[in-house]
Amino acid sequence: MSTRRPVLEVENLAKSFNGNVAVAGISFSLASAEILGLLGPNGAGKTTTIQMLLGLVSPSAGHIRYFGLDFPAHREEILARINFSSTYVSLPYFLTAWENLVVYAKLYNVKHHKEKIAEVLDTFEIYDLRKNLTRNFSSGQLTRLHLARALLNDPQVLLLDEPTASLDPDIADKTRTLLRRIRDRKGLSILYTSHNMKEMEEMSDRIIFLQRGSIIDGGTPRELLERYHEESLEDVFLQIARDNVPRPQASPHTS
Amino acid sequence: MKLHRIAAIIWRHIYLYQRSLPRWLEIFYWPLLDLLLWGFISLYLSRFSGSVPKFVGFFLGALIFWDILYRANQGVSISFLEDVWSRNLLNLFASPLTAGEFLAALMTMGIIKMLTGTIAAVIMARILYSFNIFTLGLAFIPFVLNLLLMGWAIGIVTTAVILRFGMGAEVLAWGLALIFQPISAVFYPVSTLPPSLQTLALFTPSAHVFEGMRQVLSAGAFPWHNLIWAFGLNVVYLSIAVLFFFQILRQVRRLGLLMRVEQ
Repeated sequence: MSTRRPVLEVENLAKSFNGNVAVAGISFSLASAEILGLLGPNGAGKTTTIQMLLGLVSPSAGHIRYFGLDFPAHREEILARINFSSTYVSLPYFLTAWENLVVYAKLYNVKHHKEKIAEVLDTFEIYDLRKNLTRNFSSGQLTRLHLARALLNDPQVLLLDEPTASLDPDIADKTRTLLRRIRDRKGLSILYTSHNMKEMEEMSDRIIFLQRGSIIDGGTPRELLERYHEESLEDVFLQIARDNVPRPQASPHTS
Repeated sequence: MKLHRIAAIIWRHIYLYQRSLPRWLEIFYWPLLDLLLWGFISLYLSRFSGSVPKFVGFFLGALIFWDILYRANQGVSISFLEDVWSRNLLNLFASPLTAGEFLAALMTMGIIKMLTGTIAAVIMARILYSFNIFTLGLAFIPFVLNLLLMGWAIGIVTTAVILRFGMGAEVLAWGLALIFQPISAVFYPVSTLPPSLQTLALFTPSAHVFEGMRQVLSAGAFPWHNLIWAFGLNVVYLSIAVLFFFQILRQVRRLGLLMRVEQ
Protein backbone atom coordinates (compact mmCIF):
# COMPACT_ATOMS: atom_id res chain seq x y z
CA MET A 1 0.00 0.00 0.00
CA SER A 2 1.23 3.49 -0.76
CA THR A 3 2.59 5.40 2.19
CA ARG A 4 1.25 8.57 0.60
CA ARG A 5 -2.33 9.59 1.28
CA PRO A 6 -4.62 8.54 -1.60
CA VAL A 7 -6.40 11.42 -3.28
CA LEU A 8 -8.45 9.06 -5.42
CA GLU A 9 -9.78 5.63 -4.46
CA VAL A 10 -11.65 3.44 -6.91
CA GLU A 11 -13.37 0.28 -5.69
CA ASN A 12 -14.93 -2.37 -7.91
CA LEU A 13 -15.83 0.21 -10.53
CA ALA A 14 -17.89 -1.33 -13.32
CA LYS A 15 -19.77 -0.16 -16.36
CA SER A 16 -21.87 -2.06 -18.87
CA PHE A 17 -23.62 -0.67 -21.91
CA ASN A 18 -26.60 -2.80 -22.95
CA GLY A 19 -25.00 -5.89 -21.46
CA ASN A 20 -21.58 -5.19 -22.99
CA VAL A 21 -18.97 -4.87 -20.27
CA ALA A 22 -16.78 -1.80 -20.75
CA VAL A 23 -15.23 -1.78 -17.28
CA ALA A 24 -15.39 -4.93 -15.19
CA GLY A 25 -15.02 -4.01 -11.56
CA ILE A 26 -11.62 -2.38 -11.29
CA SER A 27 -10.00 -1.11 -8.10
CA PHE A 28 -7.04 1.18 -7.76
CA SER A 29 -5.90 4.27 -5.97
CA LEU A 30 -3.94 7.38 -6.83
CA ALA A 31 -1.65 8.79 -4.18
CA SER A 32 -0.88 12.42 -3.59
CA ALA A 33 1.78 13.67 -6.05
CA GLU A 34 1.72 10.39 -7.94
CA ILE A 35 1.57 9.94 -11.71
CA LEU A 36 -0.41 6.83 -12.57
CA GLY A 37 -0.49 5.58 -16.15
CA LEU A 38 -3.57 3.82 -17.46
CA LEU A 39 -2.46 1.65 -20.32
CA GLY A 40 -4.37 -0.63 -22.61
CA PRO A 41 -5.35 -1.30 -26.22
CA ASN A 42 -8.30 0.41 -27.89
CA GLY A 43 -11.54 -0.61 -26.24
CA ALA A 44 -9.81 -1.59 -22.99
CA GLY A 45 -12.01 0.78 -20.98
CA LYS A 46 -9.54 3.62 -20.35
CA THR A 47 -11.76 6.44 -21.61
CA THR A 48 -14.89 5.01 -19.96
CA THR A 49 -12.97 4.85 -16.68
CA ILE A 50 -11.85 8.47 -16.99
CA GLN A 51 -15.38 9.54 -17.89
CA MET A 52 -16.73 7.82 -14.79
CA LEU A 53 -14.06 9.55 -12.73
CA LEU A 54 -15.32 12.88 -14.13
CA GLY A 55 -19.00 12.11 -13.60
CA LEU A 56 -19.70 12.12 -17.35
CA VAL A 57 -20.76 8.47 -17.25
CA SER A 58 -22.51 6.96 -14.26
CA PRO A 59 -21.02 3.65 -13.09
CA SER A 60 -23.08 0.45 -13.09
CA ALA A 61 -21.41 -0.50 -9.82
CA GLY A 62 -18.58 0.47 -7.52
CA HIS A 63 -17.37 3.48 -5.61
CA ILE A 64 -15.24 6.50 -6.40
CA ARG A 65 -13.78 8.64 -3.63
CA TYR A 66 -11.70 11.77 -4.03
CA PHE A 67 -9.98 13.24 -0.98
CA GLY A 68 -11.98 10.80 1.14
CA LEU A 69 -15.26 12.21 -0.21
CA ASP A 70 -17.81 10.11 -2.05
CA PHE A 71 -18.28 10.96 -5.73
CA PRO A 72 -20.87 11.95 -6.96
CA ALA A 73 -22.40 12.84 -3.57
CA HIS A 74 -19.84 15.69 -3.34
CA ARG A 75 -19.73 16.32 -7.08
CA GLU A 76 -19.42 20.12 -7.07
CA GLU A 77 -16.80 20.22 -4.34
CA ILE A 78 -14.73 17.49 -5.96
CA LEU A 79 -14.93 18.80 -9.53
CA ALA A 80 -13.76 22.20 -8.29
CA ARG A 81 -10.56 20.51 -7.03
CA ILE A 82 -9.80 18.34 -10.05
CA ASN A 83 -9.57 18.94 -13.80
CA PHE A 84 -8.99 17.12 -17.04
CA SER A 85 -7.78 17.40 -20.58
CA SER A 86 -8.66 15.13 -23.44
CA THR A 87 -8.19 14.89 -27.16
CA TYR A 88 -11.95 14.32 -27.44
CA VAL A 89 -12.91 17.83 -26.43
CA SER A 90 -12.25 21.30 -27.74
CA LEU A 91 -12.98 24.89 -26.82
CA PRO A 92 -15.30 27.43 -28.47
CA TYR A 93 -13.65 28.28 -31.79
CA PHE A 94 -14.75 31.89 -32.07
CA LEU A 95 -13.33 32.92 -28.72
CA THR A 96 -9.71 33.92 -28.26
CA ALA A 97 -7.46 31.84 -26.03
CA TRP A 98 -7.69 34.54 -23.36
CA GLU A 99 -11.51 34.71 -23.53
CA ASN A 100 -11.82 30.95 -23.29
CA LEU A 101 -9.68 30.94 -20.19
CA VAL A 102 -11.61 33.85 -18.67
CA VAL A 103 -14.82 31.82 -19.06
CA TYR A 104 -13.27 28.82 -17.30
CA ALA A 105 -11.61 30.98 -14.66
CA LYS A 106 -15.06 32.36 -13.81
CA LEU A 107 -16.53 28.86 -13.89
CA TYR A 108 -13.93 27.64 -11.39
CA ASN A 109 -14.06 30.90 -9.43
CA VAL A 110 -10.32 31.46 -9.84
CA LYS A 111 -9.06 34.35 -7.70
CA HIS A 112 -6.90 36.96 -9.46
CA HIS A 113 -7.86 35.29 -12.69
CA LYS A 114 -5.95 37.63 -15.02
CA GLU A 115 -2.63 36.82 -13.35
CA LYS A 116 -3.48 33.12 -13.28
CA ILE A 117 -4.45 33.06 -16.96
CA ALA A 118 -1.23 34.84 -17.89
CA GLU A 119 0.69 32.33 -15.77
CA VAL A 120 -0.81 29.19 -17.36
CA LEU A 121 -0.50 30.60 -20.88
CA ASP A 122 3.10 31.44 -20.19
CA THR A 123 3.71 28.00 -18.71
CA PHE A 124 2.71 26.38 -21.98
CA GLU A 125 4.46 29.03 -24.10
CA ILE A 126 1.31 30.32 -25.75
CA TYR A 127 1.01 33.69 -24.03
CA ASP A 128 1.76 35.45 -27.31
CA LEU A 129 -1.23 33.70 -28.86
CA ARG A 130 -3.66 34.91 -26.20
CA LYS A 131 -5.49 37.26 -28.58
CA ASN A 132 -5.79 34.68 -31.37
CA LEU A 133 -9.07 32.94 -32.05
CA THR A 134 -9.00 29.34 -30.93
CA ARG A 135 -10.10 28.28 -34.44
CA ASN A 136 -6.74 29.47 -35.77
CA PHE A 137 -4.72 27.34 -33.36
CA SER A 138 -2.78 24.35 -34.65
CA SER A 139 -3.64 21.05 -32.98
CA GLY A 140 -0.47 21.28 -30.90
CA GLN A 141 -1.27 24.82 -29.75
CA LEU A 142 -4.82 23.73 -28.98
CA THR A 143 -3.56 20.83 -26.86
CA ARG A 144 -1.40 23.25 -24.89
CA LEU A 145 -4.37 25.56 -24.46
CA HIS A 146 -6.41 22.63 -23.11
CA LEU A 147 -3.66 21.84 -20.65
CA ALA A 148 -3.51 25.50 -19.65
CA ARG A 149 -7.27 25.43 -19.07
CA ALA A 150 -6.90 22.26 -17.01
CA LEU A 151 -4.41 23.94 -14.67
CA LEU A 152 -6.41 27.14 -14.15
CA ASN A 153 -7.99 26.01 -10.90
CA ASP A 154 -4.73 24.60 -9.45
CA PRO A 155 -6.22 21.10 -9.43
CA GLN A 156 -5.07 18.52 -6.92
CA VAL A 157 -5.91 15.73 -9.35
CA LEU A 158 -5.49 15.96 -13.10
CA LEU A 159 -7.03 13.38 -15.45
CA LEU A 160 -5.30 13.36 -18.82
CA ASP A 161 -6.60 11.35 -21.75
CA GLU A 162 -3.81 11.21 -24.34
CA PRO A 163 -2.67 14.74 -23.59
CA THR A 164 0.35 14.83 -25.90
CA ALA A 165 -1.22 12.99 -28.86
CA SER A 166 -1.04 16.00 -31.21
CA LEU A 167 2.22 17.51 -30.02
CA ASP A 168 5.52 17.43 -31.86
CA PRO A 169 8.33 15.62 -30.00
CA ASP A 170 9.88 18.85 -28.73
CA ILE A 171 6.66 20.29 -27.28
CA ALA A 172 5.58 16.86 -26.03
CA ASP A 173 8.84 16.53 -24.15
CA LYS A 174 8.51 20.05 -22.74
CA THR A 175 4.93 19.28 -21.71
CA ARG A 176 5.98 16.11 -19.88
CA THR A 177 8.79 17.96 -18.13
CA LEU A 178 6.36 20.69 -17.19
CA LEU A 179 3.77 18.31 -15.80
CA ARG A 180 6.40 16.55 -13.72
CA ARG A 181 7.66 19.90 -12.46
CA ILE A 182 4.13 20.95 -11.46
CA ARG A 183 3.69 17.61 -9.75
CA ASP A 184 6.94 18.13 -7.81
CA ARG A 185 6.18 21.72 -6.92
CA LYS A 186 2.49 21.52 -6.12
CA GLY A 187 1.97 17.88 -5.25
CA LEU A 188 -0.35 17.41 -8.23
CA SER A 189 -1.60 13.84 -8.76
CA ILE A 190 -2.03 12.75 -12.37
CA LEU A 191 -3.96 9.89 -13.94
CA TYR A 192 -2.68 9.53 -17.44
CA THR A 193 -3.62 7.57 -20.55
CA SER A 194 -1.44 7.42 -23.62
CA HIS A 195 -0.57 5.16 -26.48
CA ASN A 196 2.98 6.45 -26.38
CA MET A 197 4.80 3.75 -24.39
CA LYS A 198 8.02 5.68 -24.08
CA GLU A 199 6.07 8.56 -22.66
CA MET A 200 4.29 6.27 -20.22
CA GLU A 201 7.58 4.78 -19.11
CA GLU A 202 9.09 8.21 -18.66
CA MET A 203 6.13 9.85 -16.96
CA SER A 204 4.51 7.26 -14.76
CA ASP A 205 5.43 6.34 -11.23
CA ARG A 206 3.14 3.39 -11.63
CA ILE A 207 1.24 1.78 -14.49
CA ILE A 208 -2.00 -0.17 -14.65
CA PHE A 209 -2.69 -2.41 -17.63
CA LEU A 210 -6.31 -2.56 -18.67
CA GLN A 211 -7.63 -5.16 -21.05
CA ARG A 212 -11.31 -5.76 -21.87
CA GLY A 213 -12.31 -3.65 -18.91
CA SER A 214 -10.17 -5.48 -16.35
CA ILE A 215 -6.88 -4.66 -14.71
CA ILE A 216 -4.61 -7.46 -15.79
CA ASP A 217 -1.39 -6.19 -14.30
CA GLY A 218 0.21 -3.21 -12.66
CA GLY A 219 3.35 -1.89 -11.05
CA THR A 220 6.18 0.54 -11.54
CA PRO A 221 7.67 0.63 -15.05
CA ARG A 222 10.79 -1.07 -13.69
CA GLU A 223 8.77 -3.83 -11.99
CA LEU A 224 6.85 -4.49 -15.20
CA LEU A 225 10.00 -4.68 -17.31
CA GLU A 226 11.54 -7.14 -14.87
CA ARG A 227 8.38 -9.23 -14.53
CA TYR A 228 7.99 -9.64 -18.29
CA HIS A 229 11.73 -9.82 -19.02
CA GLU A 230 11.44 -7.08 -21.61
CA GLU A 231 13.52 -4.03 -22.32
CA SER A 232 10.76 -1.60 -23.15
CA LEU A 233 7.24 -0.96 -21.99
CA GLU A 234 6.11 -1.27 -25.59
CA ASP A 235 7.27 -4.89 -25.63
CA VAL A 236 5.50 -5.50 -22.35
CA PHE A 237 2.36 -3.97 -23.82
CA LEU A 238 2.58 -6.13 -26.95
CA GLN A 239 3.16 -9.25 -24.89
CA ILE A 240 0.13 -8.58 -22.71
CA ALA A 241 -2.12 -7.35 -25.50
CA ARG A 242 -1.28 -10.17 -27.93
CA ASP A 243 -0.78 -13.05 -25.58
CA ASN A 244 -3.91 -12.05 -23.73
CA VAL A 245 -2.69 -14.15 -20.82
CA PRO A 246 -3.62 -12.33 -17.68
CA ARG A 247 -0.95 -12.66 -15.08
CA PRO A 248 -1.84 -12.66 -11.45
CA GLN A 249 -2.70 -9.04 -10.79
CA ALA A 250 -0.07 -7.22 -8.81
CA SER A 251 -1.75 -4.98 -6.32
CA PRO A 252 -2.74 -1.84 -8.18
CA HIS A 253 -2.25 -0.01 -4.91
CA THR A 254 1.45 -0.84 -4.85
CA SER A 255 3.70 2.09 -5.53
CA MET B 1 -26.76 27.64 -7.39
CA LYS B 2 -23.59 29.72 -7.87
CA LEU B 3 -23.98 32.97 -9.76
CA HIS B 4 -20.35 33.09 -10.90
CA ARG B 5 -20.83 29.81 -12.78
CA ILE B 6 -24.02 31.04 -14.46
CA ALA B 7 -22.22 34.30 -15.33
CA ALA B 8 -19.32 32.31 -16.85
CA ILE B 9 -21.63 30.62 -19.34
CA ILE B 10 -23.27 33.94 -20.21
CA TRP B 11 -19.84 35.51 -20.74
CA ARG B 12 -18.99 32.66 -23.10
CA HIS B 13 -21.92 33.69 -25.32
CA ILE B 14 -21.27 37.42 -25.01
CA TYR B 15 -17.70 36.86 -26.20
CA LEU B 16 -19.05 34.80 -29.09
CA TYR B 17 -21.64 37.37 -30.18
CA GLN B 18 -19.31 40.35 -29.98
CA ARG B 19 -17.54 39.22 -33.13
CA SER B 20 -20.01 36.97 -34.93
CA LEU B 21 -21.95 38.81 -37.62
CA PRO B 22 -23.94 35.70 -38.68
CA ARG B 23 -25.24 35.32 -35.12
CA TRP B 24 -26.33 38.95 -34.96
CA LEU B 25 -28.06 38.52 -38.31
CA GLU B 26 -29.84 35.48 -36.95
CA ILE B 27 -31.27 37.62 -34.12
CA PHE B 28 -32.32 40.56 -36.32
CA TYR B 29 -32.65 39.35 -39.89
CA TRP B 30 -35.68 37.04 -39.67
CA PRO B 31 -37.80 39.15 -37.33
CA LEU B 32 -37.17 42.27 -39.38
CA LEU B 33 -37.83 40.46 -42.64
CA ASP B 34 -41.10 39.11 -41.19
CA LEU B 35 -42.02 42.54 -39.99
CA LEU B 36 -41.42 44.08 -43.40
CA LEU B 37 -43.23 41.36 -45.32
CA TRP B 38 -46.24 40.88 -43.07
CA GLY B 39 -46.43 44.54 -42.20
CA PHE B 40 -46.88 45.54 -45.83
CA ILE B 41 -49.26 42.63 -46.50
CA SER B 42 -51.40 43.67 -43.53
CA LEU B 43 -51.34 47.30 -44.68
CA TYR B 44 -52.56 46.17 -48.07
CA LEU B 45 -55.24 43.82 -46.68
CA SER B 46 -56.47 46.45 -44.24
CA ARG B 47 -57.88 48.35 -47.25
CA PHE B 48 -60.37 45.54 -47.81
CA SER B 49 -61.14 44.60 -44.23
CA GLY B 50 -63.05 47.50 -42.84
CA SER B 51 -65.08 45.14 -40.69
CA VAL B 52 -61.94 44.00 -38.82
CA PRO B 53 -60.89 46.82 -36.54
CA LYS B 54 -57.19 47.55 -35.99
CA PHE B 55 -56.18 44.94 -38.54
CA VAL B 56 -52.57 46.14 -38.81
CA GLY B 57 -52.20 46.26 -35.04
CA PHE B 58 -53.40 42.66 -34.71
CA PHE B 59 -50.89 41.48 -37.26
CA LEU B 60 -47.87 43.42 -36.10
CA GLY B 61 -48.57 42.71 -32.44
CA ALA B 62 -48.89 39.02 -33.27
CA LEU B 63 -45.61 39.07 -35.21
CA ILE B 64 -43.71 40.75 -32.41
CA PHE B 65 -45.19 38.46 -29.77
CA TRP B 66 -44.53 35.32 -31.78
CA ASP B 67 -40.93 36.39 -32.17
CA ILE B 68 -40.64 36.78 -28.40
CA LEU B 69 -41.61 33.15 -27.94
CA TYR B 70 -39.36 31.99 -30.76
CA ARG B 71 -36.30 33.94 -29.51
CA ALA B 72 -36.78 32.74 -25.93
CA ASN B 73 -36.86 29.18 -27.25
CA GLN B 74 -33.79 29.68 -29.43
CA GLY B 75 -31.93 31.45 -26.68
CA VAL B 76 -32.00 28.14 -24.82
CA SER B 77 -31.61 25.59 -27.62
CA ILE B 78 -29.13 27.43 -29.88
CA SER B 79 -26.98 28.45 -26.93
CA PHE B 80 -26.81 24.78 -25.99
CA LEU B 81 -25.97 23.84 -29.58
CA GLU B 82 -23.08 26.34 -29.62
CA ASP B 83 -21.32 24.14 -27.04
CA VAL B 84 -22.14 20.99 -28.98
CA TRP B 85 -20.82 22.48 -32.23
CA SER B 86 -17.58 23.57 -30.56
CA ARG B 87 -17.13 20.22 -28.72
CA ASN B 88 -17.08 22.08 -25.44
CA LEU B 89 -19.90 20.22 -23.71
CA LEU B 90 -17.69 17.71 -21.89
CA ASN B 91 -15.54 20.52 -20.48
CA LEU B 92 -18.67 22.05 -18.98
CA PHE B 93 -20.17 18.85 -17.62
CA ALA B 94 -16.83 17.84 -16.09
CA SER B 95 -16.62 21.18 -14.30
CA PRO B 96 -18.40 22.08 -11.04
CA LEU B 97 -21.22 23.60 -13.11
CA THR B 98 -24.49 21.93 -12.10
CA ALA B 99 -27.27 21.03 -14.53
CA GLY B 100 -29.49 23.61 -12.81
CA GLU B 101 -26.88 26.35 -13.29
CA PHE B 102 -26.43 25.31 -16.92
CA LEU B 103 -30.18 25.61 -17.51
CA ALA B 104 -30.33 28.94 -15.66
CA ALA B 105 -27.58 30.28 -17.93
CA LEU B 106 -29.38 29.06 -21.07
CA MET B 107 -32.63 30.62 -19.86
CA THR B 108 -30.85 33.92 -19.23
CA MET B 109 -29.54 33.73 -22.78
CA GLY B 110 -33.20 33.29 -23.79
CA ILE B 111 -34.03 36.59 -22.09
CA ILE B 112 -31.05 38.39 -23.67
CA LYS B 113 -31.82 37.15 -27.18
CA MET B 114 -35.52 37.83 -26.78
CA LEU B 115 -34.93 41.38 -25.53
CA THR B 116 -32.40 42.19 -28.27
CA GLY B 117 -34.62 40.97 -31.09
CA THR B 118 -37.82 42.41 -29.61
CA ILE B 119 -36.42 45.88 -29.02
CA ALA B 120 -35.32 46.02 -32.66
CA ALA B 121 -38.72 44.77 -33.90
CA VAL B 122 -40.66 47.20 -31.69
CA ILE B 123 -38.59 50.14 -32.97
CA MET B 124 -39.01 49.03 -36.59
CA ALA B 125 -42.78 48.61 -36.18
CA ARG B 126 -42.98 52.09 -34.72
CA ILE B 127 -40.90 53.64 -37.52
CA LEU B 128 -42.41 51.77 -40.48
CA TYR B 129 -46.06 51.40 -39.46
CA SER B 130 -46.50 53.80 -36.53
CA PHE B 131 -47.49 50.77 -34.49
CA ASN B 132 -46.85 51.13 -30.78
CA ILE B 133 -46.87 47.79 -28.99
CA PHE B 134 -47.06 49.63 -25.66
CA THR B 135 -50.66 50.61 -26.43
CA LEU B 136 -51.31 47.21 -24.85
CA GLY B 137 -50.56 48.94 -21.58
CA LEU B 138 -49.81 46.94 -18.47
CA ALA B 139 -50.92 43.70 -20.11
CA PHE B 140 -47.76 43.86 -22.23
CA ILE B 141 -45.61 42.68 -19.32
CA PRO B 142 -47.52 39.49 -18.42
CA PHE B 143 -47.91 38.73 -22.13
CA VAL B 144 -44.14 38.85 -22.60
CA LEU B 145 -43.54 36.88 -19.40
CA ASN B 146 -45.87 34.10 -20.51
CA LEU B 147 -44.31 33.86 -23.96
CA LEU B 148 -40.88 33.78 -22.35
CA LEU B 149 -41.92 30.92 -20.06
CA MET B 150 -43.35 28.93 -22.94
CA GLY B 151 -40.28 29.63 -25.09
CA TRP B 152 -38.05 28.39 -22.27
CA ALA B 153 -40.12 25.22 -21.87
CA ILE B 154 -39.88 24.40 -25.60
CA GLY B 155 -36.15 25.22 -25.61
CA ILE B 156 -35.45 23.00 -22.60
CA VAL B 157 -37.36 20.06 -24.11
CA THR B 158 -35.47 20.56 -27.40
CA THR B 159 -32.16 20.64 -25.54
CA ALA B 160 -33.01 17.44 -23.68
CA VAL B 161 -33.98 15.64 -26.90
CA ILE B 162 -30.72 16.72 -28.63
CA LEU B 163 -28.78 15.60 -25.57
CA ARG B 164 -30.40 12.19 -25.84
CA PHE B 165 -30.47 11.66 -29.61
CA GLY B 166 -27.51 13.78 -30.72
CA MET B 167 -27.24 16.05 -33.72
CA GLY B 168 -29.86 14.07 -35.64
CA ALA B 169 -32.37 16.02 -33.55
CA GLU B 170 -30.69 19.39 -34.19
CA VAL B 171 -33.47 20.52 -36.52
CA LEU B 172 -35.83 20.68 -33.52
CA ALA B 173 -33.99 23.78 -32.32
CA TRP B 174 -35.53 25.64 -35.26
CA GLY B 175 -38.65 23.62 -35.86
CA LEU B 176 -40.27 22.55 -32.58
CA ALA B 177 -41.66 25.97 -31.66
CA LEU B 178 -43.23 26.28 -35.11
CA ILE B 179 -45.45 23.27 -34.41
CA PHE B 180 -47.24 25.42 -31.85
CA GLN B 181 -47.84 28.30 -34.24
CA PRO B 182 -51.09 27.05 -35.86
CA ILE B 183 -52.77 26.15 -32.55
CA SER B 184 -51.47 29.30 -30.90
CA ALA B 185 -53.87 31.22 -33.16
CA VAL B 186 -51.20 33.84 -33.70
CA PHE B 187 -52.86 35.66 -36.60
CA TYR B 188 -56.51 34.61 -36.19
CA PRO B 189 -58.93 33.99 -33.32
CA VAL B 190 -59.04 30.53 -31.70
CA SER B 191 -62.67 30.28 -32.88
CA THR B 192 -61.29 29.93 -36.43
CA LEU B 193 -59.79 26.54 -35.55
CA PRO B 194 -61.75 23.30 -35.90
CA PRO B 195 -63.22 22.10 -32.56
CA SER B 196 -60.51 19.50 -31.89
CA LEU B 197 -57.75 22.07 -32.35
CA GLN B 198 -59.70 24.56 -30.23
CA THR B 199 -59.43 22.06 -27.39
CA LEU B 200 -55.68 21.80 -27.99
CA ALA B 201 -55.44 25.59 -28.07
CA LEU B 202 -57.10 25.72 -24.66
CA PHE B 203 -54.03 23.90 -23.31
CA THR B 204 -51.53 26.03 -25.25
CA PRO B 205 -50.33 29.04 -23.21
CA SER B 206 -49.46 31.13 -26.27
CA ALA B 207 -53.03 30.78 -27.62
CA HIS B 208 -54.27 32.53 -24.46
CA VAL B 209 -51.69 35.27 -24.92
CA PHE B 210 -52.71 35.95 -28.52
CA GLU B 211 -56.41 35.85 -27.65
CA GLY B 212 -55.69 38.26 -24.81
CA MET B 213 -53.72 40.56 -27.08
CA ARG B 214 -56.61 40.81 -29.53
CA GLN B 215 -58.99 41.46 -26.64
CA VAL B 216 -56.85 44.36 -25.40
CA LEU B 217 -56.45 45.85 -28.88
CA SER B 218 -60.12 45.56 -29.81
CA ALA B 219 -61.93 46.15 -26.50
CA GLY B 220 -59.25 47.58 -24.25
CA ALA B 221 -60.20 45.11 -21.52
CA PHE B 222 -57.46 43.56 -19.36
CA PRO B 223 -57.53 39.83 -20.20
CA TRP B 224 -57.30 38.37 -16.68
CA HIS B 225 -58.89 35.10 -17.69
CA ASN B 226 -56.38 34.47 -20.54
CA LEU B 227 -53.39 35.50 -18.50
CA ILE B 228 -54.27 33.27 -15.54
CA TRP B 229 -54.78 30.31 -17.87
CA ALA B 230 -51.52 30.99 -19.70
CA PHE B 231 -49.54 31.41 -16.50
CA GLY B 232 -50.97 28.27 -14.91
CA LEU B 233 -50.22 26.19 -17.98
CA ASN B 234 -46.73 27.64 -18.27
CA VAL B 235 -45.86 26.80 -14.68
CA VAL B 236 -46.94 23.20 -15.29
CA TYR B 237 -45.16 22.89 -18.67
CA LEU B 238 -41.94 24.55 -17.52
CA SER B 239 -41.79 22.29 -14.46
CA ILE B 240 -42.33 19.24 -16.67
CA ALA B 241 -39.66 20.47 -19.12
CA VAL B 242 -37.09 20.94 -16.34
CA LEU B 243 -37.87 17.52 -14.83
CA PHE B 244 -37.65 16.00 -18.32
CA PHE B 245 -34.23 17.60 -18.84
CA PHE B 246 -32.89 16.22 -15.53
CA GLN B 247 -34.31 12.79 -16.30
CA ILE B 248 -32.73 12.77 -19.76
CA LEU B 249 -29.40 13.94 -18.36
CA ARG B 250 -29.43 11.02 -15.90
CA GLN B 251 -30.23 8.65 -18.77
CA VAL B 252 -27.51 10.15 -20.98
CA ARG B 253 -24.94 9.68 -18.20
CA ARG B 254 -26.12 6.10 -17.67
CA LEU B 255 -25.89 5.31 -21.40
CA GLY B 256 -22.58 7.13 -21.84
CA LEU B 257 -24.00 9.39 -24.55
CA LEU B 258 -22.47 12.72 -23.52
CA MET B 259 -19.44 12.12 -25.71
CA ARG B 260 -21.66 11.30 -28.66
CA VAL B 261 -23.96 14.33 -28.60
CA GLU B 262 -21.92 15.88 -31.42
CA GLN B 263 -22.55 12.87 -33.67
